Amino acid sequence: MKEKLVVIGNGMAGMRTVEELLKIAPEKYEITVFGAEPYGNYNRILLSPVLCGDKTIDEIMLNDLQWYADNNITLHKGVKVTAIDRKTCKVTGEDGTCAEYDRLLLATGSDSFIIPVPGHELPGVVGFRDIKNVDSMLTTARTRKRAVVIGGGLLGLEAANGLIKQGMDVTVVHLMDWLMERQMDEVSGEMLKNSLEAQGMKFLMKASTQEILGDGKVEKVKFADGSEIETDMVVMAVGIRPNIELAKQIGLHCERGIVVNDTLQTFDPKIYAIGECVQHRGQCYGLVAPLFEMAKVCANHLAKYGIGIYQGSVTSTKLKVTGIDLFSAGDFMGDETTDDIIVRDATRGIYKKVVVKDDKILGAVLYGDTIDGAWYFQLMREGTSIADIRDQLMFGQAHLGNSGHGGNVVAEMSDDTEICGCNGVCKGDVVNAITTHGLFTLDEVRAHTKASSSCGSCTGLVEQILESTLGSDYESPVAKPMCACTEHNHDYVRQAIKDQKLTRITDVFEKLNWKTEDGCAACRTSLNYYLISSWPKEAYDDPQSRFINERAHANIQKDGTYSVIPRMWGGMTTPKELRAIADVAEKFELDTVHVTGGQRIGLYGVKKHELPLIWKDLNAQGLVSGHAYGKALRTVKTCVGKAWCRFGTQDSTGLGIRLEQMSWGSWMPHKFKMAASGCPRNCAEATIKDFGVVCVDSGYELHIGGNGGIKVRATDLLKRVDTEEEVLEYSAAFIQLYREQARYLERTAPWIERVGFSYVQSSLEDDAQRKELAVRFYESQEVTQSQHDPWAQRATGGVDAHEFVPLKVVAG
Amino acid sequence: MSNWVEVGSLEEIPPLGARVVKNGDTDIAVFRNTKNEVFAVNDACPHRQGQLSQGIVHDKSVTCPLHNWKIDLTTGEAMGPDEGCTGHYKTRVEDGKVFLELK
Repeated sequence: MKEKLVVIGNGMAGMRTVEELLKIAPEKYEITVFGAEPYGNYNRILLSPVLCGDKTIDEIMLNDLQWYADNNITLHKGVKVTAIDRKTCKVTGEDGTCAEYDRLLLATGSDSFIIPVPGHELPGVVGFRDIKNVDSMLTTARTRKRAVVIGGGLLGLEAANGLIKQGMDVTVVHLMDWLMERQMDEVSGEMLKNSLEAQGMKFLMKASTQEILGDGKVEKVKFADGSEIETDMVVMAVGIRPNIELAKQIGLHCERGIVVNDTLQTFDPKIYAIGECVQHRGQCYGLVAPLFEMAKVCANHLAKYGIGIYQGSVTSTKLKVTGIDLFSAGDFMGDETTDDIIVRDATRGIYKKVVVKDDKILGAVLYGDTIDGAWYFQLMREGTSIADIRDQLMFGQAHLGNSGHGGNVVAEMSDDTEICGCNGVCKGDVVNAITTHGLFTLDEVRAHTKASSSCGSCTGLVEQILESTLGSDYESPVAKPMCACTEHNHDYVRQAIKDQKLTRITDVFEKLNWKTEDGCAACRTSLNYYLISSWPKEAYDDPQSRFINERAHANIQKDGTYSVIPRMWGGMTTPKELRAIADVAEKFELDTVHVTGGQRIGLYGVKKHELPLIWKDLNAQGLVSGHAYGKALRTVKTCVGKAWCRFGTQDSTGLGIRLEQMSWGSWMPHKFKMAASGCPRNCAEATIKDFGVVCVDSGYELHIGGNGGIKVRATDLLKRVDTEEEVLEYSAAFIQLYREQARYLERTAPWIERVGFSYVQSSLEDDAQRKELAVRFYESQEVTQSQHDPWAQRATGGVDAHEFVPLKVVAG
Repeated sequence: MSNWVEVGSLEEIPPLGARVVKNGDTDIAVFRNTKNEVFAVNDACPHRQGQLSQGIVHDKSVTCPLHNWKIDLTTGEAMGPDEGCTGHYKTRVEDGKVFLELK
């Protein structure tokens, strides 16, 4: 017999929890939902566009009635719950509908707070909370002209904006000195007011409403100073109040909201609560992002998995008013212990303020140019030190020459602007997917549109589109879980592997309560790397948890053939090697022979079963795997250096060969490229490599964190050293630091930007730490089989023979 | 008319791995999961014909190596929001031997 779950509240929080629950435990409960409103579940945050006339009610439905039927959920819509009996575990609606529960979920949301001034019950006074309110405003707007909105906060301004779009003459009444005082400081609040005035909105500031007057309907609003204003409608938008009436009635502990613990459980263990009606760690939330974080945790506990706690959310705000760009997060006011970094350009209508303490961002308020809001917010939530970038912080992320986020304002892009160059996805496709499928997260957009699912360079743009489409309701999670198979993030999992000495993927699944039996393609490949890099001697390197390229030691091509790229140490080769490559190309009829960007030669169109045969021929002439297929050391590019070049200062070729011999075959979080140039003319392009050496007359300049790929990033200068031995030691230590600390699939460039260059530099300049890192790298190189040629192991050593032959050939 | 063919022993397919059976011009990918269940589908992703036999296997699905489509091995259908289907075959294991029903 299934247990019974009753949900009171058919809004976004309740239904998100049900959706999460159906994902992880679809058969656990027989589910009944009570909703006071006579609809399916709709996207409340899109009521503003409905009021503006940009969207219809149908367009903002998240779960239509068919969805409830498809998932065997009993929906009592339009039924307000009036009684709950906690002894008999029974819920009763106002129409007499009854339901029994084993678990009860309260998701009653919140109500508009109506100021109890005389006249507040007159017809024509409305809140701004649900479809009914919007309908009533739209009806009034059709026949009447004047509206007063009480409350100059987020909600009030969105309501006022909508009513202006409907042709009304709107006055916003605000008690405080400036608008949106909970999100803006005085300067930005004033700028906002000016912009809105230019759009036709009128304001009465520092105005305290005393009475609403009228004969049978609203006619006037009277203020404390005795002044009056005539109006046909009053919209109360001074705030929301958690709807806790029912919870109080049944004796659940409530303060401002229904008090819940970190698992979203109330003081009655059978009753959970979620969303705007709850109070968690003293905090009530009115934005959608925290609801979703709560929903995940709550569903997990309802499913009785017992993993995951909700630790509260950090929220940021954006206003959904056309032509207004503002962003606010955290402590944006600051105090005497903090620094404000401010940029203000009155002509361009731009104001940016970032509040900093001890080199960390505490909060930010941006007006006019909010492109970097998400970035500041991320730095703030992750507590990243801004010491290295403080001088450039205010110019924005695009100015750092970083990898990743681009610098375009997506709001101004046309719908046919291509966002994802890999998969040909335009802005309009993304916006459409977000609104029609009700998407809220990056992963959901990836699944539906493929945008940002290949190389990832457009991730920042997609996040911006999410943000501009959903307004303040989009928020990327604080620490992203590794994948849908776990609640844990990369750093947590790797630490657990180290602390608990886990050596097999199945152990990780067991100890860290993986949600899926076998993991997925994303987490298994990450875990395999973390295991073999943390425990090179002990860990089991699971071939089935490696991407095909690393399993077959060749690069799969779009037609299912493979490429073969032998190693050319330091970009040097010999007639004998070239002859061997030519012979193989002819013998196996490989038409495409390509000189790669890394100074070697690639053979394309190889059939999988011929790989071992080709490797055998190449091995016979001394050629080994170039690891061009792996998250591993790729090439060490060199110039001919002082052996030939009239400008050469050192033996860059010899150095490149030594670097490659030291580090070949090592597995890394991502591909890793090196280069050594013989003079500052830098013909080997060392300053866009992960580790680059530029030889100078007096020694060697060491550069790190360059990238010539998706987003070009020049290296940071790490150090100048005197000898080749030092170069090798620094290189080994840097590689090992990267291997131990970067997340899987993170190149050195974004890793260095995430942890800060000065962190990496100080780690490597500490003599003891550098030597220990280098020793760990040498040990790893010795004990793993990585210094053996994987091609030879398969060509003549009999390793993984099954990989290269069919199981059976059946005559067709 | 059913046409069951023995294609090899279970041991020859690595757990969470796949092998290819060549049936004339058609390649069939034969998968084995951790529960020793065996599945068989055409070795071509409905998206861009990636070889599913080269993908990463988890539970009853495989992730295509080319563009990460996930295919349900019990039906050959693409999972999630993606749409498409590659043909699938009935399988059975007897005394450690794997049989496919070829059409």
